[in-house]
Amino acid sequence: MGLIEKSGRPWKSGPFRAASRMVQTMAFRLCRPQGLKPGQARTPRRGAEAPLFHGPLFHGVAGVWKIVICGMLACGAVAFSHAQVTFERLVSSAKEPQNWMTYSGDYAGRRFSGLDQINITNARNLAAKWVYQTAATGKLETTPLVVDGILYATAQDNRAFALDARTGRPIWMYQRQVPADIRPCCGHVNRGLAILGDKVFMGTLDAHVIALDAKTGAVVWDATAADYRTGYSFTVAPLVVKNLVIIGVSGGEYGVRGFIDAYDADSGQRKWRFYTVPGPGEPGHDTWEGDSWKVGGAPAWNTGTYDPVTNQIFWPTGNPAPSNRGEGRAGDNLYSNSLLALNADTGQLKWYFQFTRHDEHDWDATQVPVMIDGGGKHWIAQANRNGFFYVLDRSTGKLISATAYGKQTWSDAKDAEGRPLANKTASPTLEGHTICPGALGTTNFMAPAYDPQTKLVYVSVRDQCDIFSTAPQPYEAGHAYYGSAYFPSEEAEPYLGFLKAIDPATGEVKMKFQHTSPTWSGVLSTAGGLVFSGDAEGNFIAFDAATLKPLWHFQMGGAVYAAPMAFAVDGKEYVAIAAGSAVYAFGLP
Amino acid sequence: MRAISKGERMVNRWGVVVTAFLCCAIANAQNPLAGDAKAAKAGEYEFRINCALCHGLGARGGGRGPDLTRAQKRHAHSDADMFQIVSNGIAGTAMPANGTNGQGVGMTDEEIWQIITYIRSREVKASAAATGNADHGKQLFFGDGNCSLCHMVEGKGGRLGPDLTAVGGSRTHESIVESVRDPSRRLAWGLTEATKEFPQEYESVTVVTAEGKQVKGVILNEDSFSLQIMDMNEKIYPLEKDKLRSFQKGRESAMPKYDADVLSDKEVEDIVAFLVSVGAR
Repeated sequence: MGLIEKSGRPWKSGPFRAASRMVQTMAFRLCRPQGLKPGQARTPRRGAEAPLFHGPLFHGVAGVWKIVICGMLACGAVAFSHAQVTFERLVSSAKEPQNWMTYSGDYAGRRFSGLDQINITNARNLAAKWVYQTAATGKLETTPLVVDGILYATAQDNRAFALDARTGRPIWMYQRQVPADIRPCCGHVNRGLAILGDKVFMGTLDAHVIALDAKTGAVVWDATAADYRTGYSFTVAPLVVKNLVIIGVSGGEYGVRGFIDAYDADSGQRKWRFYTVPGPGEPGHDTWEGDSWKVGGAPAWNTGTYDPVTNQIFWPTGNPAPSNRGEGRAGDNLYSNSLLALNADTGQLKWYFQFTRHDEHDWDATQVPVMIDGGGKHWIAQANRNGFFYVLDRSTGKLISATAYGKQTWSDAKDAEGRPLANKTASPTLEGHTICPGALGTTNFMAPAYDPQTKLVYVSVRDQCDIFSTAPQPYEAGHAYYGSAYFPSEEAEPYLGFLKAIDPATGEVKMKFQHTSPTWSGVLSTAGGLVFSGDAEGNFIAFDAATLKPLWHFQMGGAVYAAPMAFAVDGKEYVAIAAGSAVYAFGLP
Repeated sequence: MRAISKGERMVNRWGVVVTAFLCCAIANAQNPLAGDAKAAKAGEYEFRINCALCHGLGARGGGRGPDLTRAQKRHAHSDADMFQIVSNGIAGTAMPANGTNGQGVGMTDEEIWQIITYIRSREVKASAAATGNADHGKQLFFGDGNCSLCHMVEGKGGRLGPDLTAVGGSRTHESIVESVRDPSRRLAWGLTEATKEFPQEYESVTVVTAEGKQVKGVILNEDSFSLQIMDMNEKIYPLEKDKLRSFQKGRESAMPKYDADVLSDKEVEDIVAFLVSVGAR
């Protein structure tokens, strides 16, 4: 039985499945809370280690016999419990830290876990609990979701899977056929799923958005967003807001016209689309020369954040196309390399902030923006690929500060608003010359973390310069459209890689840990006073969040291109990360 | 100038558009763009974007990638060979299959043919490097030059420095001369992590172990917590960093500078000629 376009549990026989369903059904009928029907969402009323069958839910007619039977069935039912994730649960995700229900762990983009069972006093005892091999090759960039004991993740080549989060044993696997003529930039990667109700949502390399049944992996709906033959693809983890699945497109290397879409979670019907390159008559259209807007790029390939108070999503965008050659697209090239504040219901633009105007270095601004609140301030911060750490007022999009947090040579002055201005040596030339940061940026897609306890942003940083040299390319649909090449300088120092802790109040780098070489790993912070990250040499490392001193490490045997997350099952905390072609889970003995 | 093949003559006669016969061209292992100056120009830019990271601007060779301006290539002779190599990579080397280095988007078949056309347009018939006396170079390499104390060629020699069996076919003449005269100038040739096996190659190191023993050598590999080094006697030490009393590494090569007092220009040319003769095999 092939895996292509298939899902399911080939290792499970019919009778086993039928029996497990019977147990679940019995458990549900006996134990469901009053007034709820099967399939209906359960209101979250849970503590960090709340059991599935919570005491207060059983008031009323429940007799002692019923409680006993529930207890007997609970064990089996927990293992096969099916997520009913509501929007309310996503908004209040901090109330159930045992679950990790969105790409960044919460709507604020903090990648912070409220779990503290693993902490600075016991982190040195961490041990591998299970490893799941995806049987795929290439980079694994996924952040798993965990809901009620089930882990959901994606892998290379349009794969998705669900595991028993305690054991790593597969529950279902899904793979969609990757067209033979597809050439997505930067590997056949995917960064993860979104979840709502009993469905998980995935963007595919061939530019479809699909909904899978969270219990079986079966396709529930399949929406075509764009034609992959012209360079469109999805690698991003979608974001669910209310009943909408919000997703941004990839393809800035091909001269796509970028967009952010919202699909109805039930039907797959597209509810709105925001083109990140404005069309004729729209504000910002005049920032493009001639017809350059048609192939202007500005993809939106990393997951944004959401503010439930104002009902706005904050979604970052990528490079204008061609990525490294400004000739032919004179102007600021809106809304490339920007942060967009959009109404979540309509996709209407409230404000934008452009980090790098008229970019010629491939400095996508697609880093996860982090919402930071406190003292009446409503900020949104981004460690940008161009080397500056930006803090904006989330209500207005007004710049509060921009501070270099890594090696950069492109800007030595700021405008009246405090925005870094490009200097005369910033543009690439035909002969090529050295500019810092290099094309891969001071940071890139590696997810940052914000720890509300230390009030610091933790981010993986690369100090690397490149020689940028123009290489004119005509636009041809589906072909690479860079307009430039970049090389490491032969004379350059070795590339340096760091984990840095930045104080968003000042922009100051408070601490740093130097890796052996630059890493592509994201960062997790936890209530246990820990920061977790990985390195290019294959280590997974637990740091003291207050000092960035490593407390523990484990050699996973493959470089890290993913970001860690934390969850708990049966009151036991785990930290998980993908490395090489596998997903690893660690816990205390 | 390459002779026009029968297949190409047919194609020219029929005037079929390039894209229409690309599949036939692949099947028949012919370059449909051979000798096309426009394609070579397009190929130059594609080369910069996809290949120059390792093979250098102008295809003159770089850190890991061979000088492709040499008519005689180690792995590819025909255009069809080159197409296969660009498409599938070379196992056991840093040459990746098309589209798999994880950073670019990969090339279409047409773009690969453009690149091959460009490389052919850059080729020089005879290697300007091979002016030295290879036999004398071999004597120096294994004798008075002391090269083989640290370097291996075809299974003979030392292990402290890189094996030089293939270097004559992969580096430019200038880069080999520079590595002899000024070995510390470029240790790993500014390569990205995607194209080098280990980031610390050939860095020199001195450590003092927990037992107080000083070890000098080169780094074989390293991460944030461990270190694998080879000392001057080719002994391998696997070490944990937090157990070391001291640990110092430098970008200075363990190889001494061979200036003109040690090896004359003529002698260096002879050694290069020897390496090129081996590398071409």
